[in-house]
Amino acid sequence: MAAAKETAPRMTGADIVLRALVDQGVDVIFGYPGGAVLPIYDALFKQNSIRHILVRQEGGAVHAAEGYARSTGKVGVVLVTSGPGATNSVTGLADALMDSVPIVCLTGQVPTHLIGNDAFQECDTTGITRSCTKHNYLVKDVNKLARVLHEAFAVARSGRPGPVVVDIPKDLQFATGDYTLREDVTLKNYRPQLKGDPERIKAAVAMLAAAKRPLFYIGGGAVNSGVDACKLVTKLVRTTGYPATMTLMGLGAFPASDKQSLGMVGMHGTYESNLAMHGCDLMVAVGARFDDRVTGRLDAFSPGSKKIHIDIDPSSINKSVRVDLPIIGDVGSVIGDIRKEWARIKVKPDAKALAAWWQQIEGWRAVDCLRFKNTPDVIKPQFALQRLYEAIRGRDVYITTEVGQHQMWAAQFLRFEEPMRWLTSGGLGTMGYGLPAAVGVQIAHPKSLVIDVAGEASILMNIQEMGTAAQYRLPVKIFILNNEYMGMVRQWQELLHGSRYSESYSAALPDFVKLAEAFGAVGMRADKPSDLDGLIKDMIACPKAVIADIRVAKDENCYPMIPGGKAHNEILLGPPQKQEQKVSEEGMVLV
Amino acid sequence: MSRAPEAIERHTMAVIVDNEPGVLARVIGLFSGRGYNIESLTVSSVTEDGSQSRINVVTSGTPMVIEQIKAQLQRLVPIHSVHDLTAEGAHIERELALVKVVGKGAKRVEALRIADIFGAKVSDTTVESFVFSLTGSPEKLDSFVELMRTLGQVELARSGVVAIARGAKAI
Ligand SMILES: Cc1ncc(C[n+]2csc(CCOP(=O)(O)OP(=O)(O)O)c2C)c(N)n1
Ligand SMILES: [Mg+2]
Repeated sequence: MAAAKETAPRMTGADIVLRALVDQGVDVIFGYPGGAVLPIYDALFKQNSIRHILVRQEGGAVHAAEGYARSTGKVGVVLVTSGPGATNSVTGLADALMDSVPIVCLTGQVPTHLIGNDAFQECDTTGITRSCTKHNYLVKDVNKLARVLHEAFAVARSGRPGPVVVDIPKDLQFATGDYTLREDVTLKNYRPQLKGDPERIKAAVAMLAAAKRPLFYIGGGAVNSGVDACKLVTKLVRTTGYPATMTLMGLGAFPASDKQSLGMVGMHGTYESNLAMHGCDLMVAVGARFDDRVTGRLDAFSPGSKKIHIDIDPSSINKSVRVDLPIIGDVGSVIGDIRKEWARIKVKPDAKALAAWWQQIEGWRAVDCLRFKNTPDVIKPQFALQRLYEAIRGRDVYITTEVGQHQMWAAQFLRFEEPMRWLTSGGLGTMGYGLPAAVGVQIAHPKSLVIDVAGEASILMNIQEMGTAAQYRLPVKIFILNNEYMGMVRQWQELLHGSRYSESYSAALPDFVKLAEAFGAVGMRADKPSDLDGLIKDMIACPKAVIADIRVAKDENCYPMIPGGKAHNEILLGPPQKQEQKVSEEGMVLV
Repeated sequence: MSRAPEAIERHTMAVIVDNEPGVLARVIGLFSGRGYNIESLTVSSVTEDGSQSRINVVTSGTPMVIEQIKAQLQRLVPIHSVHDLTAEGAHIERELALVKVVGKGAKRVEALRIADIFGAKVSDTTVESFVFSLTGSPEKLDSFVELMRTLGQVELARSGVVAIARGAKAI
């Protein structure tokens, strides 16, 4: 721990790294060693304050750090070597950038005098990661190392959070230099605005008060703003009595069980959410960024609404959708101020209009869009998740996912009452995210139940992290909805490419039960619906890591669905409507 | 409800950045990565201690894209401030062109005469060539170059636009 104000103690670069991490409150890092970081690993060996989790591939390290960060609100830290270590981490960095996850990734670099020489395991790390980080640094002077590290943490966690890379040449790790204290480092230029403009807050409340068909549209920014911010959002929504919908990243920001929650919005969101978004006259975007997965066809997006957009990132404003009232600021601060103003002017919402609006919404809700046809002999993936949900509701549980149909079903059928309990790769849609993320979550929350809802294809993308789970005795549960297809790809091929299932069959799958056993974990399998409850009970009770192979229907599609290039009110509830609704060529181009 | 496509506007911006390695790559990478246009870009150190540089960039896009460009630039950590000179009021744009013209006889005389009209300086001369240097607005340079093309212009170097707001206020 730092003694009372001292002046620049001197130490080696490797020790500076460790000291800076401790001063930043880091207690765990995820990494993988190699030549260019050996001095840091040596320093790590000689200390006890920081725990190192050895992953099995650097990509896994970044996702694990994401899982750690998103389930704790802290910065996730990664340590990897130069060259392949750095390039392997790129997917995770891009993922963290898209989903605004605070990560500091330390990469080793070849010694300064060899940079640019095509030295062994050299790559242009700052060049390669420039567009997939919030910011990156190549440190060339050991005396600046501590400053850069402190800055990196500040950049990663402030404003809209994101990943920051610090590239540290090996000679700097050996060299001796001055340590700069954390409190002596402030960001010169980068000062995100936290407090919303008071005039705009007033205007927002006036718009809220006048609304007849209002809708809160809550995104991952609310979650990033923190648990307290989400509580404020929840209070505001409840005070107003207005409906609220959440994005994939925002699930949990407002309790799913609340009657005012319409569930998820967007491509595979609920019927009531999407129609409410289409038909509202006031939309309040709270830390949501009008992603194309949410808006659908832009020129038909919520045509009759005024839009308020609360976001900490000015570049999110008017990016794809023009809004009427942008408020730059932190969700917690802005929503807090909106609540105060609401109370101050004693808003009385238009009860009659609101009742009519709710009546319309209840009509949409009554459609029961998540309904599916159950079968006695084949497990429907939705049914498997329903049973899983029944077993975990009310528990201390974290859910991660891979990417595909199973991810969307998990978003639809598992319901979240709190933020930070749901971790999924939304922006980048990275298959292979779920298992390492679950590892990171389990490290942060050793006593909690951590489940990765997976597809049989995705899970193989980072299956090596079972080794990490084994080494640290992490009882993560992998719940594979095994449909023997890259289901989401197969679904698009069915709907848009004449059922030509080009390369989307999961051939030559491993025996997941044996695979689990090979990693020292427990394997389980369910073949029929009646197997489910027993399996789920055993899985939850098992003190070890589990891979549960749930053999589900192979041809199930995920609905509701707003096909590419369509508007919210063109949402498909299921296959029957399919024939009539041909997707335009323009829509097909969209991913 | 289809909206008429918004008109493309040309904007000149001054971006004050920390003078550190990679900052230009960040700015250029932002433009290429997000598909924004760069019509012209210049950069040079502008503070006495050399700690800051000024990037002058001329870009074009719909008003929504221009707004995005500014917000995206502002988001880069080493960027101090972004000034949209086009939006902020009257400003002056200047550019330097070096124009090499090769020829003899009447064309050579004509080239010299036109250079004189434009106020271009003769910066180098041989019996069969001139290098003219001309500063002015980009449009002025365009017209000069247009004329020289017919008069034996063989090479052209342009500096890109530098710009500054009119009046007493400084950024
Ligand atoms: C790294 C990566 N590669 C490719 C894709 C494209 N992709 C999206 S979903 C999907 C299929 C996923 O299959 P599976 O894990 O079995 O899940 P399912 O859809 O069957 O539930 C693919 C290939 C992706 N999202 N990520
Ligand atoms: Mg599958």
